[in-house]
Amino acid sequence: MSSLALALADGAVVAKRNLIKIKRVPEVLIWTTMSPIMFVLLFSYVFGASIAVEGVNYREFLMAGIFAQTMIFGSTFTGAGLAEDMTKGIIDRFRSLPISKSAVLIGRTGSDIVYNLISVVVMSLTGLVVGWRIRTSIVDAIAGFLLLLLFSYAVSWIMAFVGLKVTSVEVVNNASFMFIMPLTFVSNAFVPSENLPGPLRTFAEWNPISSLALAVRELFGNTGGVPAADVWSLQNPLAYSLICIFGILAVFIPLAIRQYGKTAARG
Amino acid sequence: MLMSDMIRTSGLVKRYGPVTALNGLDLRVPQGKVLGLLGPNGAGKTTAVRILSTLLEPDEGEVMVAGLDVRANPQEVKKRIGLSGQSAAIDDQLTGFENLDMVGRMYHLGRKGSRARARRLLEEFSLTEAADRPSKTYSGGMRRRLDLAAALVAEPAVIFLDEPTTGLDPRSRSQMWETIQRLVSEGATVLLTTQYMEEADRLADEIVVIDKGEKIAQGTATELKYQIGGERIGVVLEDRDDLATAQTILMKFAVDDVQVDEQARQLTAGVAGGAEDLRQVLQLFSDSSIKLADVGLHRPTLDDVFLSLTGHSTEEEDEAASSGPKDGKKDGKQNKKEASR
Repeated sequence: MSSLALALADGAVVAKRNLIKIKRVPEVLIWTTMSPIMFVLLFSYVFGASIAVEGVNYREFLMAGIFAQTMIFGSTFTGAGLAEDMTKGIIDRFRSLPISKSAVLIGRTGSDIVYNLISVVVMSLTGLVVGWRIRTSIVDAIAGFLLLLLFSYAVSWIMAFVGLKVTSVEVVNNASFMFIMPLTFVSNAFVPSENLPGPLRTFAEWNPISSLALAVRELFGNTGGVPAADVWSLQNPLAYSLICIFGILAVFIPLAIRQYGKTAARG
Repeated sequence: MLMSDMIRTSGLVKRYGPVTALNGLDLRVPQGKVLGLLGPNGAGKTTAVRILSTLLEPDEGEVMVAGLDVRANPQEVKKRIGLSGQSAAIDDQLTGFENLDMVGRMYHLGRKGSRARARRLLEEFSLTEAADRPSKTYSGGMRRRLDLAAALVAEPAVIFLDEPTTGLDPRSRSQMWETIQRLVSEGATVLLTTQYMEEADRLADEIVVIDKGEKIAQGTATELKYQIGGERIGVVLEDRDDLATAQTILMKFAVDDVQVDEQARQLTAGVAGGAEDLRQVLQLFSDSSIKLADVGLHRPTLDDVFLSLTGHSTEEEDEAASSGPKDGKKDGKQNKKEASR
């Protein structure tokens, strides 16, 4: 077996273990999926009443943004889970076994896809209840969901690196909150970026969250025909999103694997 | 290295910043033997085990396990060793079966092979009834048994046990000892760390005492006891006039001087033969019609060992350990302190 196949097989064993843990402590999953429901309802009914986006129903505009935000929040799970594992004896067990060095990370990021998939399903159902609809083909819809999951997978590796670096669940959760809130709010996730003042607008236009939200909006047919801002990232949101995704993966997979070796050897 | 040496280190050095955890440690364990690594908290026992079991890179020195260079060939070494640490390395949320099945998969025993091995080990370690319960519901003794079972999944040739019975109640401890003895009788080579003289005495073919990362004594339990001064017979006489006779009798057994406290009518002598010596001493006392107010056989404690070998007690080591870089981080360490009191 090649070393990649071996790493994937070992990763699958770790992923299975993580999924069993979700099953054993379902409260965690329930609370994680509650927050996107809350966001959908809050934005739809509190802000939705005051925010008008030209050419499209705000609730439809909003959904792609909340999808994007939830995908990023979901990735903090990866960091928190790894940080927790690193403080437990189980990591010594893993390290004393002849598994691939990247197996723990492949397993963790892999099992978190399942987490995010569940979040997406719950959110979609909530969206349908408040009036969100997919107005394109099934192929486009699937492409939209895949893009969301792929993006969250990439961000998982950033959070894996962070979680291994700080090895404290609390710090991971608090620190990532401080990054994720501005990152998602200074974007076109909840409001059109055209309305933002100068520097914030530029930031929002090149913020990957914007291109992700816009790409998903286009794939779900929720743009209402409003033309995108005249910057490359938003004229080609799908391409820009994919560039960001693979860029993140190319940088953070090796970084996280190296950090795993360092952190584990510290003990 | 001799073919029969399953574990060998030479000049092992490990530093954590300014703290030297191991300072040139040499160890040798022949195939099928048990080496007891004895020392107080912070002596470097866990560091040595972590290096031998591939978890930690040494700064200097040679490490060979099962005929392989650990630094050059960690993956091959991992296939041949089993590690059971002081903080049980099992997943609380997973059942006993799931834990062992997962470990089997990680040794690449395959789906069927892993399941069968898990079932058999649960049976062997009397955990079959608890097999499908999350291991967080297990007692301390059950967790240690599961942890040891996890170490044995791949039937390793070399087993590392880091304080296998620290924090266990006496019954679980003696069960654990029986299990370890069985493994050795089946041909395993074992390196175990402990703070208990009794444990090393019972299980180890050879004992290495370390302090501050250095070997300070080595030998079989008997040799070591002799070196330390061994067990001590203490008697208090009814009649001061018997002191001289009693001293003469004790001198036949004493490994060094017989200490006499005339005021308290007390004599103390270090002996090598333990209870058997005591029996003979009492017989001779009785033959000479010496009446005793009190008599006792005192085993050397780890504190005695350290007092005699280093001039400081294990208490001071505890202090040093809690401010050390890694100690106190793992919950197992906390248990250890309680247990050692």
